[in-house]
Amino acid sequence: MLTDLLIALIVLTNFSLVTTNRINKAIQVAVIQGVLLGLLPLAMGLGRHLHILLMVAAAVGVKGWLIPYLFRRATRKIRIHREVDPYIGFTSSLVLCALGTGLALLLASSLPLAPGTGFGLFVPASLSTLLTGFILLITRRKALTQVVGYLVLENGIYLFGLMLVEEMPMLVETGILLDLFVGIFVMGIVINHISVAFDSMDTRHLAELKD
Amino acid sequence: MAWILIALPLLAAAVAFLPGSVRFRVRLLPAVALLHLALLLAALWRRAPLPATAWLGLDALGSWTLLVISVLFCLCACYAPAYLALRPERPTRVFVTSFLSFLGLASLLAQARHPGLVWVAMETTTLATAPLIYFNHNRRSLEATWKYLIIGSVGIALALLGTLFLAYSAHMGRLEEPLLFPKLLAGAGDLSRPWLRAGFVLTLVGYGTKMGLAPLHTWKPDAYGESPGVIGALLAGGVTSCAFLALLRIYAVVAAAGELQFARELMVGMGLLSMVWAAVFMVRQLDIRRLLAYSSVEHMGILAFGIGIGGRAATFALFHLAANALVKGVLFMSAGNISRSYASKRLPYVTGAIRRTPVSGWLFFLGFLAITGTPPFAPFISEFNIAAGALAAPHLWAGVAFLVLLGGIFLAMSDTVVQVVFGTPNPNRVRTPYRDTVATTAPLVLALALSLTLGLWLPGPLTTMIRSAADQVEGRR
Repeated sequence: MLTDLLIALIVLTNFSLVTTNRINKAIQVAVIQGVLLGLLPLAMGLGRHLHILLMVAAAVGVKGWLIPYLFRRATRKIRIHREVDPYIGFTSSLVLCALGTGLALLLASSLPLAPGTGFGLFVPASLSTLLTGFILLITRRKALTQVVGYLVLENGIYLFGLMLVEEMPMLVETGILLDLFVGIFVMGIVINHISVAFDSMDTRHLAELKD
Repeated sequence: MAWILIALPLLAAAVAFLPGSVRFRVRLLPAVALLHLALLLAALWRRAPLPATAWLGLDALGSWTLLVISVLFCLCACYAPAYLALRPERPTRVFVTSFLSFLGLASLLAQARHPGLVWVAMETTTLATAPLIYFNHNRRSLEATWKYLIIGSVGIALALLGTLFLAYSAHMGRLEEPLLFPKLLAGAGDLSRPWLRAGFVLTLVGYGTKMGLAPLHTWKPDAYGESPGVIGALLAGGVTSCAFLALLRIYAVVAAAGELQFARELMVGMGLLSMVWAAVFMVRQLDIRRLLAYSSVEHMGILAFGIGIGGRAATFALFHLAANALVKGVLFMSAGNISRSYASKRLPYVTGAIRRTPVSGWLFFLGFLAITGTPPFAPFISEFNIAAGALAAPHLWAGVAFLVLLGGIFLAMSDTVVQVVFGTPNPNRVRTPYRDTVATTAPLVLALALSLTLGLWLPGPLTTMIRSAADQVEGRR
């Protein structure tokens, strides 16, 4: 029951993410989503495996502390707070996100689950989170919001991975940890360089190259 | 043996990262590359059948891909010292470290027998090559690196989800970890079909992004356009081959599960779409490196198309991997020489290369003829056979479309290439001290000679290797 509640909250954070125009708030919501996801394995009763506890600690530590810390440093350095004029407006993004969630339900219904498992909500919620990440990546202009999009996309994959983590711990844990590392890598290094070179992390400045 | 091929370049990369003499570091590159190729050949010479429980090992498909990558890497590594000498202001440390780490990680990918390990290797090659794109340290290269990383990471993330879907379909079929490829192939009949199909679509999109299949190729013109020619060569022939191999590994599982028709249609569709997209953007393309990047999109399309047609075309698609890598090496590095000599890579400024840098000019022109499928170079053999396979198969229209696109691309490319090579030199051109030397052209001549040789004669052991690799891809084993 607690699992279902957590998953419902995660889907709600998706909607909140696509409607906010303040970058700080988007980061906060992404952090909340990350922490909720981090706690999900405990609600699923997977806390008895030590390796899963370690993965949970790593996920919560990175998503709840390290990444927001890096974000705070970046926003302080370049002082941008708002996502102005995205390629698709906030209302339309919300509609898209809702459609995406519907699509996720539809797709999930055609994928059968292993009998005897209570993962009914996992697949649609994971696909919906994935699509939310996509929407943020494609429709926003600021490099910071795009990184938030990447993190949300990764959250969707993490959610799916939880379905398998007990049976195939090695595959899932390596994948999740490496993905987290990439998130930090992209955040830390590139944003550092972008903020130095451009003084603002608007990817519109990153539009010299085109045909 | 498997370990040495991976550990040697990675150790050398660590050594190159330590502060030390620049001359030593730069010489390390060709030395390690040649040693890696020698070790690989030795390993291929005495190749034993792999135990089904091995996590690492060279099978036919992995050997062939790694051989292509290793040869291309040698050519790039022999060219790199001369290039780095022309750019004394840029630090060599990151360049050499990234180059060598790529070789180690590509060896890991080629030998990995577990889908998760393949994914890890693909992810780490992306990270290892990103600093190379930022080599010039200016705004444009930063933009290219940003796109490469963000689009590449999203692609790789989708490939991870696809891999997890594959794992879930194995879980439904009661297969247990470790899901090594031999086990997946043997138990392919039990895999859950809906998950397997969805997983294949996701890995096709994910690894397709890394290969640069349209419409997910948008990072490619920027990344290839803004990085030096030698890096473009490594990306276009090496990193793309890695991604192609990763995709083929999953394709083989799908084929073994009896879903070959489904996978084939997707591959043919993606392949043709990439070729159309590339052709459209090649028309009146003024930037020679971006032109080559679109040519790379086209050739990734040809690879996917050939695999999708199957049978003889699939065999020659694997052959095309080598043809493409060698000729792309010639094109990117000679384009690099030409733009170094003109201090520009755009058309109104770069004209008449044949007079300014005759050797690079000729190499660029011959490379263009080779890549567009002019006999007797290697790409002609593969493109001809892929077309023949397509025309013989039930989808005649696809074969016709393929031929029409090849013709259109030849015309679109020739427009720019002929002006660059034979045009009248621009009177306001910038004077630079660069002139062709043996060190900046010999590796290219060798690459072109190799592609000519492959076009005329394929050694017996290689034929066997490609044949059994194609059998492996189509799940006939």
